[in-house]
Amino acid sequence: MPAVSKGDGMRGLAVFISDIRNCKSKEAEIKRINKELANIRSKFKGDKALDGYSKKKYVCKLLFIFLLGHDIDFGHMEAVNLLSSNKYTEKQIGYLFISVLVNSNSELIRLINNAIKNDLASRNPTFMCLALHCIANVGSREMGEAFAADIPRILVAGDSMDSVKQSAALCLLRLYKASPDLVPMGEWTARVVHLLNDQHMGVVTAAVSLITCLCKKNPDDFKTCISLAVSRLSRIVSSASTDLQDYTYYFVPAPWLSVKLLRLLQCYPPPEDAAVKGRLVESLETVLNKAQEPPKSKKVQHSNAKNAILFETISLIIHYDSEPNLLVRACNQLGQFLQHRETNLRYLALESMCTLASSEFSHEAVKTHIDTVINALKTERDVSVRQRAADLLYAMCDRSNAKQIVSEMLRYLETADYAIREEIVLKVAILAEKYAVDYSWYVDTILNLIRIAGDYVSEEVWYRVLQIVTNRDDVQGYAAKTVFEALQAPACHENMVKVGGYILGEFGNLIAGDPRSSPPVQFSLLHSKFHLCSVATRALLLSTYIKFINLFPETKATIQGVLRAGSQLRNADVELQQRAVEYLTLSSVASTDVLATVLEEMPPFPERESSILAKLKRKKGPGAASALDDGRRDASSSDINGAVEPTPSTVSTPSPSADLLGLRAAPPPAAAPAPASAGNLLVDVFSDGPAAQPSLGPTPEEAFLSELEPPAPESPMALLADPAPAADPGPEDIGPPVPEADELLNKFVCKNNGVLFENQLLQIGVKSEFRQNLGRMYLFYGNKTSVQFQNFLPTVVHPGDLQTQLAVQTKRVAAQVDGGAQVQQVLNIECLRDFLTPPLLSVRFRYGGAPQSLTLKLPVTINKFFQPTEMAAQDFFQRWKQLSLPLQEAQKIFKANHPMDAEVTKAKLLGFGSALLDNVDPNPENFVGAGIIQTKALQVGCLLRLEPNAQAQMYRLTLRTSKESVSRHLCELLAQQF
Amino acid sequence: MVTGRATPETSRGRVHAQTAKIRFILIQNRAGKTRLAKWYMQFDDDEKQKLIEEVHAVVTVRDAKHTNFVEFRNFKIIYRRYAGLYFCICVDVSDNNLAYLEAIHNFVEVLNEYFHNVCELDLVFNFYKVYTVVDEMFLAGEIRETSQTKVLKQLLMLQSLE
Repeated sequence: MPAVSKGDGMRGLAVFISDIRNCKSKEAEIKRINKELANIRSKFKGDKALDGYSKKKYVCKLLFIFLLGHDIDFGHMEAVNLLSSNKYTEKQIGYLFISVLVNSNSELIRLINNAIKNDLASRNPTFMCLALHCIANVGSREMGEAFAADIPRILVAGDSMDSVKQSAALCLLRLYKASPDLVPMGEWTARVVHLLNDQHMGVVTAAVSLITCLCKKNPDDFKTCISLAVSRLSRIVSSASTDLQDYTYYFVPAPWLSVKLLRLLQCYPPPEDAAVKGRLVESLETVLNKAQEPPKSKKVQHSNAKNAILFETISLIIHYDSEPNLLVRACNQLGQFLQHRETNLRYLALESMCTLASSEFSHEAVKTHIDTVINALKTERDVSVRQRAADLLYAMCDRSNAKQIVSEMLRYLETADYAIREEIVLKVAILAEKYAVDYSWYVDTILNLIRIAGDYVSEEVWYRVLQIVTNRDDVQGYAAKTVFEALQAPACHENMVKVGGYILGEFGNLIAGDPRSSPPVQFSLLHSKFHLCSVATRALLLSTYIKFINLFPETKATIQGVLRAGSQLRNADVELQQRAVEYLTLSSVASTDVLATVLEEMPPFPERESSILAKLKRKKGPGAASALDDGRRDASSSDINGAVEPTPSTVSTPSPSADLLGLRAAPPPAAAPAPASAGNLLVDVFSDGPAAQPSLGPTPEEAFLSELEPPAPESPMALLADPAPAADPGPEDIGPPVPEADELLNKFVCKNNGVLFENQLLQIGVKSEFRQNLGRMYLFYGNKTSVQFQNFLPTVVHPGDLQTQLAVQTKRVAAQVDGGAQVQQVLNIECLRDFLTPPLLSVRFRYGGAPQSLTLKLPVTINKFFQPTEMAAQDFFQRWKQLSLPLQEAQKIFKANHPMDAEVTKAKLLGFGSALLDNVDPNPENFVGAGIIQTKALQVGCLLRLEPNAQAQMYRLTLRTSKESVSRHLCELLAQQF
Repeated sequence: MVTGRATPETSRGRVHAQTAKIRFILIQNRAGKTRLAKWYMQFDDDEKQKLIEEVHAVVTVRDAKHTNFVEFRNFKIIYRRYAGLYFCICVDVSDNNLAYLEAIHNFVEVLNEYFHNVCELDLVFNFYKVYTVVDEMFLAGEIRETSQTKVLKQLLMLQSLE
């Protein structure tokens, strides 16, 4: 077989590359390159027309220089010229130059369309492939606009060569992914499906990828691919190791095609047709059987190819989750791999078993491997394998093995790699809570976590232990005793001081009877840590001290002494200073009764939508359980929002000392992920100084906001969630919004709370709050059925430019939603600049094995970032006049859709966000409003006027803002409300 | 940062749009010199450079006892070392590891046949031909052709053209 010799064909290029390689320094290289660039430039500019060969050579040199990391600012035209050459080698270099450089020069694309068109029409398969590869490599929208219509034709044309079909299929895939709107579905789609039957396996290989992509969006249109894929797969897996000749790889028939077919089938539920299903199950069994056969070769390539198919088969079995027999066989097969000498296989087996653990059919089978997995956690050399082992232990954990798994994880934590400590901590915390049979075990576990890996215990974790201790009086004494003991350690972690300070401040009295932990001892123990702690912790400890004054009057003098010390009263930190001053005054002026009221023990934290806590309670007795369940069902069937509001009594009881304890005021630790700050800002707007008005009950507004605060991680799953902006699926992965999406969105233009969507399966409630350019939204997903939703995945997608206009941080929610249950998702929203289209909310889940998906418009419209502005009539008219450019005004005259009631209109305008200005418009029937749209990048002043005409049942709405698009958009939004 | 495998799709990363299954293919030597970079999604030049450096840092610290897979931002790198060269493919976390691992080997065998005992220098001097080999076997981030016979036949046919 002839081989390629070094740089054959282009001597000058080889010489140049050698020269570059021989350069001893970067400077020498740059010098050599500059010399070459000057040479090429002079050739291109010279009078003598260059022949094709020279042009190719120079363009290729330029490309080489570019790939070395240097900018190329000429030569593009010569490259484009090469495209029209009728010599393959010249054309190829031209296309290559364009594919590689196109990022830096998109102007090029327009210049080459013509050449590509010619090549596509050339009927020369080599040229057609070059053109198709170029389109696929560039994949830009311009390319799509120019060629998306031609490619399906080439793909299904009877006379296209196989290699052209292969390239056309993938080229189309690329264009479809980049701009799905440009690829028209049509009669070609049916013919594409039939490519699965093509004689040429390469064509099938390419076509399966295309079909997999297309069927994700249009599952029904491509349903026929199921039976074709099954029969193709069945033919491959049952063929002998040499039947497929060219497509046999190390005695494995068509491994990549098999994997692709198996992945295609994972886009659909199990086949409905019994014959097809039977054939498929048979094929899956064949794959499992073959895994047991002795290998046909000792080469790793053989086993890898074979196992690639096996793992994909197992994925499909897990995806169907309906064949207990296959699931258990898969589990046994993976069990064998857990001890395989190949690290890759051990890793993949752990990974795959993790998903098997969540199937009810195989959960028990997975559990039998616990010892092997624990051993892997201890002994694997590769940290990523240990991580998979930790994941699997977490997934297989249930009440029967929780103690063993938690203790193994704790043991592992002592030596675990820094990279995975935080994750292990979260897992332990969740498991300990989820499977706690007695709470002292839970408290011990969390304190152990802090002791072993204090730095990795995030605030959610220690907030949670405080919540649980506060809510469970049977564990309070034990917790106080345990933290007291833990604090004795000479070097204890600051998180331990926080937990200890809080718990002793609340429940220190429960252990005060023992002289070894008498009040003065407790105080001096805590205070011995004080000076080593951060401001946040010291603030918390000051609150503990004032609580001590109430709990233990005998410590009053000592503590007042501490508060009075210059280091507190004149502390440079304003928070500490304020606390010291206020607590000191409070302790001196307030009577014992007042103190006792103000510093009362914390009320139980409302246990809203903590599914884990609900589970814990259910064990307490059937009565409690049914009451809880009933409450939940009622809630989800009637008012989804009602379910999550704390009952009125819990709203009014919280003693203001909730703030005194510094949870709210404690700044997030520096390590907290940045995205949280948007939320904290929102809270800061409302949180007064923590001790500012201790005797006032929370106003309704504060009560609402207190729900928004971080200290109480409502859903334990939130612990594992991390902000996931980047993982948003691109718009191409979600379906179009439901038909009523706009109407649903309109309902929320003037209000922030309510039911966003409801069908037979699901109810989605919204609760949101906006301040300045920030917002926080709570979405409540209620499962209306009695069956668990699986793979529940709500995501927020920013179509088009929205990414740069609006930042939405979402927290992930649990992937399972039990029947009748509700989960909550928190969204932090930041308006970066003005925007016109709302983000999309895509909700996907599996219900009874069938995938469900739903796309809605998230009720975030630009007016949510309105800040009302009061102004006098004179100012209003002056500004109105200033905004008199024709484009600044938008006006609409429209018919009333609802009864014209002045009060309702007023409420709507206020809900819209603007201030309502009285006595401005000479006609009292009219409404006039003003406000500022707050975005990060700019502020847009807005004035509006609404003139109802009761006789005609019409309105005239006029908007004037400093930005044209905003005027029009606000006008449209508001006009739909009346 | 939490990187639970069971929930890969939300781990943090900076690679945004979803355009292809294979995000890029890189061939690098131990010193970090790039011998091939094929991108299947849009990155600007700075981002490409950053990715190249990150991949090198992630891959070269691993030894033969490690797996051939490594999590990378919100994707994963499937890689294999041949003498002084690392062949790396960046794919979605849910993609089939072993299939891509063998796709690398299949590609290397084709290079070996095409260049007759391929070595690093062949890739340097014939960089423009390596792109052709890649396009025959991978296109639009998907596996296009897997038969070595078919690929080599096509490459030799192209070789014979002027």
